[in-house]
Amino acid sequence: MTQAGEAGSVGPVETKRVVLFTEDDPLVLASGATLAPVEVAYETYGTLNADASNAVYICHALTGDAHAAGHHCDPAKPGWWDNLIGPGKPVDTDRFFVICSNLLGGCQGTTGPSSTDPATGRPYGLRFPIFTISDLVTVHRALIHHLGVQRVMAAIGGSVGGMQVMQWALDHPDDLHAGVMVCATGRLSAQNIAFSAVAREAILRDPDFNGGDYYESGRRPDAGLSLARMIAHITYLSEEAMRQKFGRRIQDADEPRRNFGVDFQVESYLQYQGESFLKRFDANSYLYLTRVMDYFDPFADPVAAAERLKHVTTRFLILSFDTDWRFDTAHSRELVRMLQASRVPVTFREIASPWGHDSFLLVVPEYHRTVEAFLDRMEQEAVNGARSAPTPGQGSAS
Amino acid sequence: MVPARARVLDLGCGDGALLHHLIREKDCDGHGVEISAEGFHACIDRGVPVIQADIDEGLGDYETDSFDVVVLSQTLQATHRPAFVLEEMMRVAPAAIVSFPNFVHWSLRLALLARGRMPSSRLLPYAWHDTPNIHLCTIRDFESLAAAEGLRITATVPLNVRGGQASGLATRRPNLLAAGAVYRLERAV
Repeated sequence: MTQAGEAGSVGPVETKRVVLFTEDDPLVLASGATLAPVEVAYETYGTLNADASNAVYICHALTGDAHAAGHHCDPAKPGWWDNLIGPGKPVDTDRFFVICSNLLGGCQGTTGPSSTDPATGRPYGLRFPIFTISDLVTVHRALIHHLGVQRVMAAIGGSVGGMQVMQWALDHPDDLHAGVMVCATGRLSAQNIAFSAVAREAILRDPDFNGGDYYESGRRPDAGLSLARMIAHITYLSEEAMRQKFGRRIQDADEPRRNFGVDFQVESYLQYQGESFLKRFDANSYLYLTRVMDYFDPFADPVAAAERLKHVTTRFLILSFDTDWRFDTAHSRELVRMLQASRVPVTFREIASPWGHDSFLLVVPEYHRTVEAFLDRMEQEAVNGARSAPTPGQGSAS
Repeated sequence: MVPARARVLDLGCGDGALLHHLIREKDCDGHGVEISAEGFHACIDRGVPVIQADIDEGLGDYETDSFDVVVLSQTLQATHRPAFVLEEMMRVAPAAIVSFPNFVHWSLRLALLARGRMPSSRLLPYAWHDTPNIHLCTIRDFESLAAAEGLRITATVPLNVRGGQASGLATRRPNLLAAGAVYRLERAV
């Protein structure tokens, strides 16, 4: 529970780096291909307890990074999940040891297509191997082992972060005491893939893309990457959120200019999102990571999936938002059905929020309340050793 | 009424106390469905897996025969479609346990007759205009619904006004003397 006093920030933090796979001990991908070296950028908050039972792993979404909480030098620019992670917050850094890493294939410190290929001395580009969600999990596991953790109290992720949680529980059923999946899915729908496909086409058709070898030309596929981001952003907001945020208001003027420039506020917003994305993201990483999502389908063979789920002991919390149309509640319900059919304990709630898919990054009080309650309970079980124990002060009233 | 190690679904499970007891004492595989945020979070606090949902919308998230027994405790009278809820219960499990307050317990009859006002009691504590209980029934009413749904009654326990098992005459004249009842139902094969 939150103690008396203000929930706060973890304060100044820094991103650390570690080489987890080397030429002698390469990363073996699910495809059988190998990759080395693999360096991972990560941050940690809080303190690992004596029996290493209080670790919480944060799996970031498509364009996130290792900097989830606290700040680097400017307190006004906190990490991307700072409203959830910190002292007294739902992911309470006074009690939990929180780990967040940049994904394999990313571009913010962890090895990806923009990293140098040791075979050529030049950036990988599209020669970077195709990988899967399972491979992201393999790297997460190497990091927890490096940090002295064998079993994670809870892995938490929104969107593709939730997919990593699911895959982790399936691939290594003893690793996670609990998994929290927020607006996630067990598989992308045709519509989801369609949006990803158009975003990728924007990059691939940019004349500066040059088959992925744009790092040395000095001309990056900025037009394509920013367009990809604009398309994606439309799917992150609900229609209601767009109506509230922008309506039909005109940007910086009372009357429409009636030309083909940026006139409506929503156009200005998308333009800004597209432009600012260029400062922090790499087009090839965008191609690889969206493709990873498209191919994710752990329950494709229901019989095989049920067989794997038999061994899963992870306790799941699944949350969706009523206005999310990227991965709507039907996606979460399908996950709940799959888990329940295999007798995996799952708690599920659809939360009302006007903000669409983006809700998982925002302060929605009922959402944070549920995550906090669930993590409190998981702490009792995983850290304090409660086994479906009596609630203090109450008998078995039945 | 619930065997050890059974797979149990408790509809309208409230704070999860019953499931918690079944999980801890009888090693059951217990799952709850609860509509209120308070009950939902109380279940989380107890470590009881729970889904926040409205049972009037059906049990579409649950496969046919995915449980051994479904429990509906003092909730049937609060559903919009009691017959539909009962049908859904008997789809996801071969057996159901249903409890409900008896609206024609003698004390309620007397109160209605004497005061001419909607009666209230320990099991029915609400004012008529502010009650979740929109489909109150009697013990006879329930038995005729069960028959109409083609269900077999395999056990009956009359309840006294404190919610405990009634004894004596109430077992012979439950519709008049029992404050409520618990029924165990099975599909008629």
